[in-house]
Amino acid sequence: MNWHLQNLTQLQNSLQQGLIDSVGLTSFFLERISQLKHLNAFLDVQPETSMAQARQADLLIREGKGGPLTGIPIAHKDVFVTKVWKSTAGSKILANYTSPFDATVVERLGLDGAGMVSLGKTNMDEFAMGSSNENSAYGPTLNPWNLERVPGGSSGGSAAAVAAGLAPIATGTDTGGSIRQPAAFCGLTGLKPSYGRVSRYGMIAYASSLDQAGPMGKNAKDCSLIMNAIAGHDPKDSSSLEKDNEDYCRHLGKPWLDKNNLVDKPLQGLRIGVPKEYFSDGLDGEVRTAVENALRAFEGLGAVCVDVSLPKTELSIPTYYVLAPAEASSNLSRYDGVRYGHRSADYKNLAQMYERSRAEGFGAEVKRRILIGTYVLSQGYYDAYYLQAQKIRRIIAQDFQNTFLECDVLMGPVAPGVAWKFSEKSSDPVQMYLEDIYTLSPNLAGLPAMSIPCGCSTSKMPIGLQIIGNYFSEARMLQIADYFQQASNWHLQQSPLLAPPASNGEVS
Amino acid sequence: MNTEEIKHLAKLSGLELHPAEIALISEEMSAILFLVGKLQAVDTTGVDPLFHPIALIEELSQPFRIDQVTETDLRDVNMACAPAVHEGLFLVPKVIE
Repeated sequence: MNWHLQNLTQLQNSLQQGLIDSVGLTSFFLERISQLKHLNAFLDVQPETSMAQARQADLLIREGKGGPLTGIPIAHKDVFVTKVWKSTAGSKILANYTSPFDATVVERLGLDGAGMVSLGKTNMDEFAMGSSNENSAYGPTLNPWNLERVPGGSSGGSAAAVAAGLAPIATGTDTGGSIRQPAAFCGLTGLKPSYGRVSRYGMIAYASSLDQAGPMGKNAKDCSLIMNAIAGHDPKDSSSLEKDNEDYCRHLGKPWLDKNNLVDKPLQGLRIGVPKEYFSDGLDGEVRTAVENALRAFEGLGAVCVDVSLPKTELSIPTYYVLAPAEASSNLSRYDGVRYGHRSADYKNLAQMYERSRAEGFGAEVKRRILIGTYVLSQGYYDAYYLQAQKIRRIIAQDFQNTFLECDVLMGPVAPGVAWKFSEKSSDPVQMYLEDIYTLSPNLAGLPAMSIPCGCSTSKMPIGLQIIGNYFSEARMLQIADYFQQASNWHLQQSPLLAPPASNGEVS
Repeated sequence: MNTEEIKHLAKLSGLELHPAEIALISEEMSAILFLVGKLQAVDTTGVDPLFHPIALIEELSQPFRIDQVTETDLRDVNMACAPAVHEGLFLVPKVIE
């Protein structure tokens, strides 16, 4: 059977009908991981533990104690700490680190929570700093659509794992686009929830006022199911908000307006804001066309498009590249070679032990961001850079609120182009930063944002549509994304590593 | 940024930089600072900084937990990943000569 082509609902049905058990599914995916090892999507796989979890999941299913996700395998980004699998965050400094505890996201999805089986840990840019996966200390993950191209970053391993059918779904994290951009580059649906919606306990910190965890999967409904398991307050994370749990599937298949009974116009009443700054000169023509076609498809479903403006979009890049490095320089000061992590073998005194351990353990991009962060926080520069960036951040967040007076969601591209070739942009850090232009602002404002497939380039690479919602509107965004996926086939396109070949993706 | 500035910054950052790295880093830092320097041109008179997105989500505020001990003694597991330990203590080079 082609279990790797099934979405979570199909897998759930297969498990419940006894067409396969969790042991069978888990060994199927472990086998694929081993067959497609050259993708470098996984950093650590422990087949025995996965199989033991699968046996326990099967027991739960047999005893009738299973939930909608019980027994379904999942891959976790290596930024989430785990007791069994090594947790490196893609860095040499944590090369042999195994955590004494599981991250809350891992725990909530695991046997003591939703009952999923962990397949292991996926590759990523070191400490989630990067947009191409080329910053992993363990070598880049390859894009399953074209092995010469990047999978995006920083959750590139998770994206490639799902796109290559090595896992039905995966977790990711997003500080400036790290779920959405690899989802777009690999043809997946990925959701970055509102800031504070998902616990970050056990998520190795990069920039704490921006980081958020979320799902990366085959479609919107799969992401809803994962959100049901991971969202909600966690007393162990003081930045996770005390908000009631909700069913992220509750709007799926229902019309946007309660009173609407027009079967072919389910999204009537939905106002889509289209920020003009998201369609500036830097946008690739094919991406523009694909996004515009998606907007027409939404209009076909009854939505209306409204022109809006987010005037500080371009400034989100310098704002982010002040704030994220500032927070990173502080967060990463914990790696000192004392309590855990790499310690240099050669040093004369304590200061040199710190400096040398860090120099040996961190990669070039991490060092750059620590240096930038230290600079913008240092005496004499704090007001001009750090404080100024925090003020502009408020303007950016307020600009979003102003647009939400005129529309319900915003839509635009995820990235200026499709996945680029390895080494094409890695020699110039600034060039790489500019690629993040459309994804940074929602993080700065703390808004939920997602990426859904909406097209394919002539180079046969997937294109993503970004949906940005207001705080805690994830269930509505998933409803909108689900309608698009009911009406189009873009999310069903498959990378060449998946057989049989894809349908043509035309909007039906 | 000149060599001396980079060296000072590396010291503040707790990073050892090889002399060979400094020239490249200096060039890259200058390019990044040129990018982030664009913030200076924005008029932010009267705008308060937004340090945290939660501050903008008005209906909710940052939760506090009850001040009570919930952790159990996990000394052994917590120290299992330390690069050097001695009788339950982290081992570091001599701090005071």
